[in-house]
Amino acid sequence: MSQIPALEVENLTKKIKGKQIIKGVSFTLVPGEVFGFLGPNGAGKTTTIRMIVGLISPTSGTIKIGGKNVRTEFTEAMRHLGCIVENPELYPYLTGWENLVHFQKMDSSIPKTRLNEVIELVGLQNRIHDRVSTYSLGMRQRLGIAQALLGKPKVLILDEPTNGLDPAGIREMREFIRQLAREENLSVLVSSHLLSEIQLMCDRVAIISKGAVLRTDSVDNLLAEQERVIWRAEPLSLAKEILSLETEVTEGPDDTLITLYNEPLLPDWNEKLVNAGVKVKEMRTQLPSLEDLFLEVTGGESID
Amino acid sequence: MINLVRNEMLKLLRKKRLYVIILIIAFLVPLFTYAQFKEIQDQREKMGNQDWRTTLQQEITDTQNRLSSSRIQDEWRKFLKIRLSQQQYYLENDIDPRAPGAPTFMRIFVENSIDLLLPLLVMVIVADLVSSESSGGTIKLLLTRPVKRWRILLSKYLAMLLSISFIVLSVAVLSYGISGVVFGYGGWNMPLLTGFTVSGDELLTENVHIVPQWQYILMEFGLVWYVCMIVGTLTFMLSVLLRSTAAVMGIMLASLIAGAILANMVSSWESAKYFFMVNLNLTNYVSGMATPIEGMSLGFSMSVLAVWGIAGFIIAFVTFSKRDIY
Repeated sequence: MSQIPALEVENLTKKIKGKQIIKGVSFTLVPGEVFGFLGPNGAGKTTTIRMIVGLISPTSGTIKIGGKNVRTEFTEAMRHLGCIVENPELYPYLTGWENLVHFQKMDSSIPKTRLNEVIELVGLQNRIHDRVSTYSLGMRQRLGIAQALLGKPKVLILDEPTNGLDPAGIREMREFIRQLAREENLSVLVSSHLLSEIQLMCDRVAIISKGAVLRTDSVDNLLAEQERVIWRAEPLSLAKEILSLETEVTEGPDDTLITLYNEPLLPDWNEKLVNAGVKVKEMRTQLPSLEDLFLEVTGGESID
Repeated sequence: MINLVRNEMLKLLRKKRLYVIILIIAFLVPLFTYAQFKEIQDQREKMGNQDWRTTLQQEITDTQNRLSSSRIQDEWRKFLKIRLSQQQYYLENDIDPRAPGAPTFMRIFVENSIDLLLPLLVMVIVADLVSSESSGGTIKLLLTRPVKRWRILLSKYLAMLLSISFIVLSVAVLSYGISGVVFGYGGWNMPLLTGFTVSGDELLTENVHIVPQWQYILMEFGLVWYVCMIVGTLTFMLSVLLRSTAAVMGIMLASLIAGAILANMVSSWESAKYFFMVNLNLTNYVSGMATPIEGMSLGFSMSVLAVWGIAGFIIAFVTFSKRDIY
């Protein structure tokens, strides 16, 4: 790719009190993509994110935001970054407007007109002059995003963005993030421990567990790899016997058999079944959920 | 930088801390004014119906008699002469030294609040300056801006400096304004003695001279501001180190009160003079009160405070710019 990556994380490690918390994490975000950071609680997602945004200094490794090194060119790197780390904690005793003005003043490159733009973008026009302490969690989340978008960043980092939102709020947030990536060519890094969320929101995923990235790939690829075929046939035992000779078979619910998806061989398998007198009633492919995938990649580690 | 300081001032104002402080002062000053008023009344009653001018005239005669005695030391003679000129000034200008005007009240008020009351008020403002950002989580937003960490902390320090100056100024204005209603607003030029030094049990008077009260008050307010800045800096450091505002307040409160207690007990424990809290009573050096520990002087106390202040400042900035924020 000829473009500069929006975010480049290379061989990041962090040692706290002699204990290796993060063990060499690397990944790259290209402009306009939504990248999922998936892992159970305590896998090191938040620590990695805090290193990217400059709150924690890494033990080794480099982080570049828009080509600028966070360590050596902190202010330049931060110009390209907008983030919400964990909860959107704003000043509750200030109004939404004052909060935004506060952060706008901290970066001389942001014009005052930008305030109304971001307020409109997140749809907070009606309540912007109320105190933040009177806001609902969803409104705080939106104000948090407005704050993150103030500096027209190239990279937006959202740590658990749907935490504590109701289903409607989650859906709204998801669409909003996709829209930002599509229309503003923004790269978004989203961390979550919710697989369904990442599956619906992201183009690519990194699966992280115990401080290391286990896999990085596009959501489609990861899923395709685990695509299955569900068979419904009679008699089931005979079908299983025949298929077992060809591939790995497991018994599924409701009298079904599950095999791997292997397009060129499928007709052969079917033919063999038919020749043996098995009545094949149904053959369908199924994409696994990221949940199955995750369990497979991490070797069965639970993901609450 | 100006924008950053403005941000900090806005947050301070919105937290309403400064109003609370003004309210506290506005409540205490009338209280003390009344106490002072009662005391003066009491004194007058003791003296009976005698006019203060007669009393003062008697004192002058007494001083003159002592001066004419040939056995007194030169140094003492000089002191008495200064005393005499002070007393004569009172008489000539029709000033009752025992009936204070607002400036005198102001002076007595700061002299008595320099070691505890004012540091406490400063603490109320400064204690949560940084720790509230840590405990509220807003520090994460503050430190992910394109602004270096030391600049953010410096803006907070400057906001502290402004608020402390504001507190000291409002103490001056409120104590003058409110007490003047009872005592009258005059007395700026009343001569006062200063320049006492203490050596052992003796009060040395060789450097004693007269200054007009306004100059005296200016000097004392300078010292008060200095003490408040040092206490502020130390509180500021604790606020950086600790996440909990209550812990910051607790530690500062304990040290300030310990200082007040120690000052009365440590006369034989000499190294205690290096504690900052024993050195807060700078105005005592101006008015010539005995020091808690031998060998303390205005210069010594100011240097001890400066060392504590500079150390606190450095610790605050170094930890703040290096620390990992979880």
